[in-house]
Amino acid sequence: MESSFADVVFIFVLAIFVGIEVISKVPSMLHTPLMSGTNAIHGIILFGGILVLADAASPLAQLLGFIAVVFGSANVFGGFMVTDRMLQMFKKKKK
Amino acid sequence: MSSTIAYLIIGISVLFILGIKLLASPKTARLGNLVAAAGMLIALISLHQPNGDYVWSQGWTFNYTLIVIGTLIGLVIGAIGAYSVKMTAMPQMVALFNGLGGGAAALVASLEFITIKSDAGLTAVIAVPMLFATLIGSLSFSGSVIAYLKLEGKFEKPMTFPGQNLFNGLILLVILGLAIFLGGHVNTPAFIGLFVLALFFGVAMVMPIGGADMPVVISLLNSFTGLAVAADGFAIHNNAMIVAGTLVGSSGTLLTLLMCHAMNRPVSNVLFGAFGSGGAAAGGAAGDLAGKTVKPIQADEVAVLLAYAQQVVIVPGYGMAVAQAQHQVRELSDELGKRGVEVRFAIHPVAGRMPGHMNVLLAEANVPYDQLCEMEAINPTMDRVDVCLVIGANDVVNPAAREDKSSPIYGMPIIDADHAKTVIVMKRSMAAGFAGIENLLFYKDNTRMLFGDAKASLNALVAQVKAS
Repeated sequence: MESSFADVVFIFVLAIFVGIEVISKVPSMLHTPLMSGTNAIHGIILFGGILVLADAASPLAQLLGFIAVVFGSANVFGGFMVTDRMLQMFKKKKK
Repeated sequence: MSSTIAYLIIGISVLFILGIKLLASPKTARLGNLVAAAGMLIALISLHQPNGDYVWSQGWTFNYTLIVIGTLIGLVIGAIGAYSVKMTAMPQMVALFNGLGGGAAALVASLEFITIKSDAGLTAVIAVPMLFATLIGSLSFSGSVIAYLKLEGKFEKPMTFPGQNLFNGLILLVILGLAIFLGGHVNTPAFIGLFVLALFFGVAMVMPIGGADMPVVISLLNSFTGLAVAADGFAIHNNAMIVAGTLVGSSGTLLTLLMCHAMNRPVSNVLFGAFGSGGAAAGGAAGDLAGKTVKPIQADEVAVLLAYAQQVVIVPGYGMAVAQAQHQVRELSDELGKRGVEVRFAIHPVAGRMPGHMNVLLAEANVPYDQLCEMEAINPTMDRVDVCLVIGANDVVNPAAREDKSSPIYGMPIIDADHAKTVIVMKRSMAAGFAGIENLLFYKDNTRMLFGDAKASLNALVAQVKAS
């Protein structure tokens, strides 16, 4: 898992272009669900919260980590659920 | 072991990318969301510490109890938020979830700060992403909360004072100074100062922006949160977070630019609030209107026009969302359909408060897909339309965008409502739109104004169409 800093920057730069490439083909009517969907994807911060809370060594760190996990969890679960609810509606009317 | 993790992360990244790609088509959008969620689930199950330890097989400590409880609380909050929110309030919910993500990103960075014991531990590789995540994450948190409140109707109007941009610029300078200082020193008060100032800056940045521009702001803050998450990924050595955060950051930035492009305004114009002063530039157009008056019409007349038309185009806007009138709109459209009138909906890309906002609302009201038309598709057919019914839309049908070079919205693509034989504008009052610009459409010879609450007016129209 240890990778050199240059490798990580390489991943970062490629991801920038992939993100731009993927979104440029979205019709405007799907922009709200798309924004909501990408919003859920950055909910991956939950795992950042879990990782730092697992190693938390002081009550302060535990408190901050706990809040981070609650926030991240609401972001990721709420994000995916609300997006699904939105898209469900798009599907229904197609019949 | 470590190569297994690397392959897993590649798989997770592919699922995220595929997810976003599938979200791009109406047919596969729901699947795309599930694909992305599956990627998230795999990321959760396969979570490893940077040193390669599998998170879920370490000795169970109190911290793990906290993790489980915290995740469950977040799950409940998220589920309640996601399933109780009305479809009209969707943008607020996205803003709120985004803010929570930003807050989490800032907190994760803060925890990373706590673990650094000496100045020597502050290498640029750690300090830069950590400070960036703290700054952007907390800014995104407070900014999103303000955006949420603005969309809820609290202090919707832009709040401005003289020298505001200078004031905000000074705060930003102090923040940057603190960040540079913290790059070389482990200093808790300075770090708290950075955190608080970033929170404050988020508020100061969003407060001067009007409610109508919140979609752009939320989209921008969404991409900010993505970047903050990516920075956290750098700081705690998690490649999955880097990929996911960066994907959101870059796609969100592009989406923001696309939205601004649809409104024909540079993003700087939205953020630094030249909008309010646009009224002065619109003075020329308003001058030409002197002596012209609008022609009001009653609901029964409109009902007759609609009932005996062949082609009707409905242009929904923010006013329809405010009045929550989408169900009445559907009823009217169904009633007209029964009489053999061809009804279509013209959806402007930036109508409402988010791109696609109108589609979501009309979808909620079960308006059939094929009746929704994009602006480019409907404009060439506008000449043959008998009645164009504008419901709570304003700037997106303002012909000034085509005709008046001095108008701040000149050049913005609009729905050519004025090309229809008759235009009916449903509006609560003669107040200008969010852009604060006079609407030339209201003064055209073929335009009639139906004043009143959209929901009440539509109910009256449905009853009258049924009767006629």
